[in-house]
Amino acid sequence: MSKPYVTLLGKAVRTIARLRGGGSALPGLFVEKIDPDFMRRTLAQLPDGVVVISGTNGKTTTTKMVVELLQSQGLKVFTNRTGSNFTRGVAAALLGEVDTRGKLDADIAVLELDEAHAVHFVKVIAPRFSLLLNVMRDQLDRFGEIDTTAKLLAKIALATTEGVVLNREDPRVAAIAKLLTPELVTYFGLAPGLTEQFPNDDDMRHTQKRTLSALPADVTLSSIKDTVAEFVIDGRRVSSALKLQGIYNIYNAAAALALVRKVIGNTLDETKLFEALSNVTPAFGRGETLTVGNQPLELVLVKNPSGFRLGLASFEPKGYQTMIAVNDDYADGRDMSWLWDVEFDSLRENGVAMVSGMRAYDMALRLQYEEVMVTSVKTNLADALRQFISGASDQPKRIYCTYTAMLTLRQELSKMTNVEVIS
Amino acid sequence: MNEKTISLLHLYPRDMNIYGDGGNVLTIKRRLQWHGYTPTLLEYNPGDTFPKNVDIIVGGGGQDSGQDVIQNDLLAIGSTLRDLAEAGTPMLVICGLYQLFGRFFKAQDGHIIEGISLLDIETHAGPERLIGNIITKSPQFGDIIGYENHSGQTFLGRNVQPLGRVIKGAGNNGQDDTEGARYKNIIASYLHGSLLPKNPNIADFLIEQAVIKKYGEFVPTVIDDRFAELARDVAAKRPR
Repeated sequence: MSKPYVTLLGKAVRTIARLRGGGSALPGLFVEKIDPDFMRRTLAQLPDGVVVISGTNGKTTTTKMVVELLQSQGLKVFTNRTGSNFTRGVAAALLGEVDTRGKLDADIAVLELDEAHAVHFVKVIAPRFSLLLNVMRDQLDRFGEIDTTAKLLAKIALATTEGVVLNREDPRVAAIAKLLTPELVTYFGLAPGLTEQFPNDDDMRHTQKRTLSALPADVTLSSIKDTVAEFVIDGRRVSSALKLQGIYNIYNAAAALALVRKVIGNTLDETKLFEALSNVTPAFGRGETLTVGNQPLELVLVKNPSGFRLGLASFEPKGYQTMIAVNDDYADGRDMSWLWDVEFDSLRENGVAMVSGMRAYDMALRLQYEEVMVTSVKTNLADALRQFISGASDQPKRIYCTYTAMLTLRQELSKMTNVEVIS
Repeated sequence: MNEKTISLLHLYPRDMNIYGDGGNVLTIKRRLQWHGYTPTLLEYNPGDTFPKNVDIIVGGGGQDSGQDVIQNDLLAIGSTLRDLAEAGTPMLVICGLYQLFGRFFKAQDGHIIEGISLLDIETHAGPERLIGNIITKSPQFGDIIGYENHSGQTFLGRNVQPLGRVIKGAGNNGQDDTEGARYKNIIASYLHGSLLPKNPNIADFLIEQAVIKKYGEFVPTVIDDRFAELARDVAAKRPR
């Protein structure tokens, strides 16, 4: 079959899959089967190559930032926006962007990849740059152990040709530098006063004291005051207003800045860079704020213990009604043990108005042992959401939710006529 | 709360503490309080002085790197743990420490990691991870519900009893339907979940044994376990 045909067929499958609703990786699977070289051939055309972003937490928001920062420097960027961070998802996203002759109108690709899938991806195409964010306990039923996940990230780093950007504050990620030639490595990091707010996986065992890192970081997040963050870049202090919420999103900005500095090099336009940074909004479900009945409603995605801890540390419960929705589908992780690795004492004073999701009772049980008051438990997400909203119509609300719970909640929220995305 | 204290020792919280092992410690701590006792939380890490007057011991799982760190230390305190166990001290060991409380763990490459032989069991590295929701039936505790995630395959010797028989899931080795081990007042299991919150009668067994040993009698309070009951019902219906 000739190449343009494959592309056309793939595009047709993509349209049909869209009409059916969902299934963003299905057309990618189709193309992989009939034209296994499609992805490599298409990405190999890009003059500025491929950038891979991986790690447990923050991939989606960081990728969104990197894309917008590179665009501020005049680059045309291809990215896998659908959040389908598997190889097949990349192929599917490519199908939506290539013309019928298989040509991609972009200078550079910035791809968010799941650790395990990134390892397969880099065997097909060596990235020019990679950014490795962190290794946390996430869906361990899939990868087995956290040290195994760190090895997956090391493979991505070893396949990278021009620059690897590493999180200095994550011991397993920082250790990857030992495998690389020193010129390849750049770090992003935190000023000493901020490290306690970003527990890494070892800190979660709460007895091991962290030693401050002596490694030099290209970009350091030095302080956060309300919506203004200060970075130290190459020794200079630079402040930027941000539309991002949550300290972990702001630390991801340091990661994105370090990567973009590496990609662009000497010709970087810093004014445009920070203008773009100040306009980046959170990715879908990553601390976004909706308006329901004239009151803000925040959705905070929680996927693993560290992400949940960071979420709880980022948002003040006072003045808000809190709901927690926990599912246990494959994308959420089937094992509920992780709820016991999160401390919920910060919710004790104000209580939790609603607990929902397939594993609502596991969550309610967890809160019972933390002695946090739970007002209602309803496994059905739609019912729970309606009761949560009507029960506190005059108050701001916040929902912590796992991935598939968030998808359902967003669908339900979109049915309410007065929903608009404001951030 | 009265003046009756019960000291609860968390074994190797720094290196052997994954998949919600802390949930087991928290469950015993809270239920002690709810039953009217004052819990004293102690932690033991490699190189520490082993505390005196320990009433309950809880230990969890670890990654291979964590097991390497604690192995020699565990052998050094092995006789202390054996004396406590023979004297009837209740203990809960999950996953990695379950294995190391046994005779040995034989790794994939054939090398032997020596255990403290407190439990008559042996473990062999398996070809695949046994992962998923699991239900077992125990003559003592009824249905035990949790989540397993291990690659070691454990086989029981004559001097221990299984904790439960597998109804759904793999259990000790995926072959003989046994899950976990029972010896004296020791409960050993592969179940995370965490185990105790969703199986509160096991937590109360450990508490009861500790209180009787120390104070002669145990008068339990009725604890509201409705969330635990409902969480068990849901977990039992979830796919593997």
